[in-house]
Amino acid sequence: MSWEIVIGLEVHTQLSTHTKIFSGASTTYGAEPNTQADAVSIALPGVLPVLNKGAVERAVKFGLAVGAHIAPRSVFARKNYFYPDLPKGYQISQFDLPVVGMGALTIQVEPLSGNAKPYEKVVRITRAHLEEDAGKSVHGASQGMTGVDLNRAGTPLLEIVSEPDMCSAAEAVAYAKALHTLVRWIGISDGNMQEGSFRCDVNVSVRRAGEPLGTRREIKNLNSFRFMQQAIDYEVQWQIDQLESGRKIHQATILFNPDTGETRAMRSKEDAHDYRYFPDPDLLPLDITPAMLDAARAELPELPEARRTRYVNELGLSAYDANSLTSSREMADFFDACVASLSPSPQSSPASERGGERENKSSISAKLCANWLIGELSAQLNRDGLEMAKCPVSHQQMSGMLSRIADNTLSNSGGKEVFRTLWAEGGEADAIIEAKGLKQVSDSGAIEALVDEIIAAQADKVAEYRSGKDKLFGFFVGLAMKASRGKANPAQLNEVLLKKLAG
Amino acid sequence: MINFSLKQLSKQLAAKKISSVELTQLYLDRIAAHNPVYNAYITVDAKTSLAQAVAADALIASGGAQALTGIPIAQKDIFCAKGWRTTCGSKMLGDFIAPYDAHVIEQFNKAGAVNLGKTNMDEFAMGSSNETSYFGPVRNPWNQNAVPGGSSGGAASAVAARLCAAATGTDTGGSIRQPAALCGITGIKPTYGTVSRYGMIAFASSLDQAGPMAKSAEDCALMLNVMTGFDCRDSTSLQREVEDYTRHLNQPLSGLRIGLPVEFFAEGLSDDVAARVQEAIAQYQKLGATVVDISLPNSKLAVPVYYVLAPAEASSNLSRFDGVRYGHRAAEYTDLADMYEKSRAEGFGAEVKRRIMMGTYVLSHGYYDAYYLQAQKIRRLIAQDFADAFKLCDVIMGPTSPSTAFNLGEKGDDPVQMYLSDIYTIAVNLAGLPGMSIPCGFGHNNMPTGLQIIGNYFDEARMLNVAHQYQLATDWHSRAPL
Repeated sequence: MSWEIVIGLEVHTQLSTHTKIFSGASTTYGAEPNTQADAVSIALPGVLPVLNKGAVERAVKFGLAVGAHIAPRSVFARKNYFYPDLPKGYQISQFDLPVVGMGALTIQVEPLSGNAKPYEKVVRITRAHLEEDAGKSVHGASQGMTGVDLNRAGTPLLEIVSEPDMCSAAEAVAYAKALHTLVRWIGISDGNMQEGSFRCDVNVSVRRAGEPLGTRREIKNLNSFRFMQQAIDYEVQWQIDQLESGRKIHQATILFNPDTGETRAMRSKEDAHDYRYFPDPDLLPLDITPAMLDAARAELPELPEARRTRYVNELGLSAYDANSLTSSREMADFFDACVASLSPSPQSSPASERGGERENKSSISAKLCANWLIGELSAQLNRDGLEMAKCPVSHQQMSGMLSRIADNTLSNSGGKEVFRTLWAEGGEADAIIEAKGLKQVSDSGAIEALVDEIIAAQADKVAEYRSGKDKLFGFFVGLAMKASRGKANPAQLNEVLLKKLAG
Repeated sequence: MINFSLKQLSKQLAAKKISSVELTQLYLDRIAAHNPVYNAYITVDAKTSLAQAVAADALIASGGAQALTGIPIAQKDIFCAKGWRTTCGSKMLGDFIAPYDAHVIEQFNKAGAVNLGKTNMDEFAMGSSNETSYFGPVRNPWNQNAVPGGSSGGAASAVAARLCAAATGTDTGGSIRQPAALCGITGIKPTYGTVSRYGMIAFASSLDQAGPMAKSAEDCALMLNVMTGFDCRDSTSLQREVEDYTRHLNQPLSGLRIGLPVEFFAEGLSDDVAARVQEAIAQYQKLGATVVDISLPNSKLAVPVYYVLAPAEASSNLSRFDGVRYGHRAAEYTDLADMYEKSRAEGFGAEVKRRIMMGTYVLSHGYYDAYYLQAQKIRRLIAQDFADAFKLCDVIMGPTSPSTAFNLGEKGDDPVQMYLSDIYTIAVNLAGLPGMSIPCGFGHNNMPTGLQIIGNYFDEARMLNVAHQYQLATDWHSRAPL
């Protein structure tokens, strides 16, 4: 009997406002405990919340980016429970009237095992709502006591809730990654997972094919995609084992321990709080006007999915390349800038040049740029553990180098040397080519002279080649390249060699 | 001097007949002499008050005085005032020194007024007799065995006993108007959103509204001029043009249409209060007003609706008093839950606990729709009743409270009887309307009776005019229990 896996995600993404959602206190990460806790963060008697407009604008942008319905009127509610890091004794959140309604996100799934091919899937987003974060309890802070740090209390969060549309760890991870890319892409969150700016709760259940939904358990607070995959794999197997040995699954909140790779229950449904939600009387209903929608729409960049489609349809890139290049907005923008500086712009191209040719040229430059960005550049970023945003080579520097490959001034291996220099020392491609003497020899006279010399010097081998030993071609290429000190244009060299060796 | 109006005091100060320091000292001496009996103040800080008076005198000398500069005002102990102990009448905040000023306090500071002290009140403003205060009951200056009303009982007692020039109060279900009536003074609760709630410790956020309590309508108008104004720190603060609440005071009342709700003159109203209210209405007719009977058919539901909504909000508002960051924490506890339970059990009094429990209950899963949502619907019907009534009249009049001041302990065992003493005032809060109480004579036991005036939204200036014209024609407001 085969098992089906059903997964839904709740993602808390911290919005990138400078101040808190209901006060003017700073949201900067990593300050000394309680130095960013103002009267509102501490919940002194008498203080009141005032909504941060920037948080609302970011929520609206997100809603538009996932094609969601934006509620013209939504309501903030109080979620009541006691905990030392929850200073008011309630969290201001949204309950039955969230600002963002049903939307959807297209994800690219790369199956984790077997020979299955990558595929695309649409995951529905149930809702997204604004809320404030709690502070942090620091257990054992001093003399066996628990300390409370309220710097984080009141930080704006957007909680994004998906439908249970995912049926494997791979899909869950692909969704989380796509969401992570999107929130950074549209500039509403820094998505920093180590700092807790993007935290995932994963609801997992299993069922036998065709049966109704099983009981779910919720894995809380996963802050890495790798842990997410491990946690889901472990949890799915655990649930299947339980059911196959005749036990029942009980609804529970569970934690994943990365050290043991196991999940364990934190609290069961019986301990569930009655949060006594009710509309917060300190805040007015949140009205989103058509003007606010227009403003948010005007600020939205071209989204990852649109960019991906454009790369495939207009630039002729493969789906794989298009996915890689749209993994972050910085990468995609870098790519676009490189392609733009390598392709003749419509204004400057001769009137005689036909559109088709121009497209063909852009496609060639696009492929060249894609190869270098996905290959050499990404590899170097990985080696140095850098985000694209911190890339030491600018798109101007990169396209300076790439245009020298495109116009045959530079060989591919010469390009790599220029790139390494740009990365390590900076500078400008042409100057580096000049200084290191990397200019490719494309002078056919010079190449012919060089080939003639080799043919004359290697009469025996030439004879062997001519008698049918084709494999020797590489030998001649090697000699010629060496003679040119690596600078001969390989295509030209091949052409001349073929011709001359043929006799 | 102690019977002077704010305007007269201001003139005395301007003419250097008295300094703010002397005036403040005069009141401090009176407080020292009489507060042990009335218990109207929880905290007095002579040094701070006198320092403010010194600054006020300098301001007056420099010619920068405003209407209330140098005048000693008593602040209800619900307003956070920087450096002042701010208890809200609770053991929970018995040692809490506020690190910031409420908007209302800021406004008085800017006006150069002197903070004379923090007045006693029912714990967290929950009560109608000032008997729930952790700092002991307040006595009514007209009869020391009687309650002053509540929750702004300390403020009402202090104004009546002339222990301040004027006072601030807050009104969630009648907490300005009912004690004003019981102590024979004038008090007004303005339209919800007119006075910022920032720094005013919340009881029921959608109902709480601050307002002045003073010897006359004219004094209240001057106080309102200081207290009102938009404040961006309160999302429910209304952005409106600044207005001068004294501007209509001297208009004649001819043509004024007074609506009398039949429900306010039905069973439950004591004869003596009814008689005094009718006499006041007759006086208004002499002043040129006409009278029309109106109906507020849902007003009988106001008390039950209030006792769903106000405790619901309070149960959540008071969650921050958990012993973690400030306020009372139990001396010994075994774990976190034990710390919460003991700290709150020790820090809160019985009435506060009762309301937290009621509020928790009505918000609980399975009860929310039946209680909270239902109450919200009726709240809208109550507001609609008033909207319909104001098509027929300019102001609504009736009794403020069904009886004169009752004796200490008289209603202590019966919370419902206590809740009913706000039966005429609560609907006004539910609708968010302005309401006021002015003295209109004395009942059988020679205790003051109050006339309630309810206006349409933002009609405070008109209501103050209506009250002021009555006070020009009568002298009930200038009677003092001394």
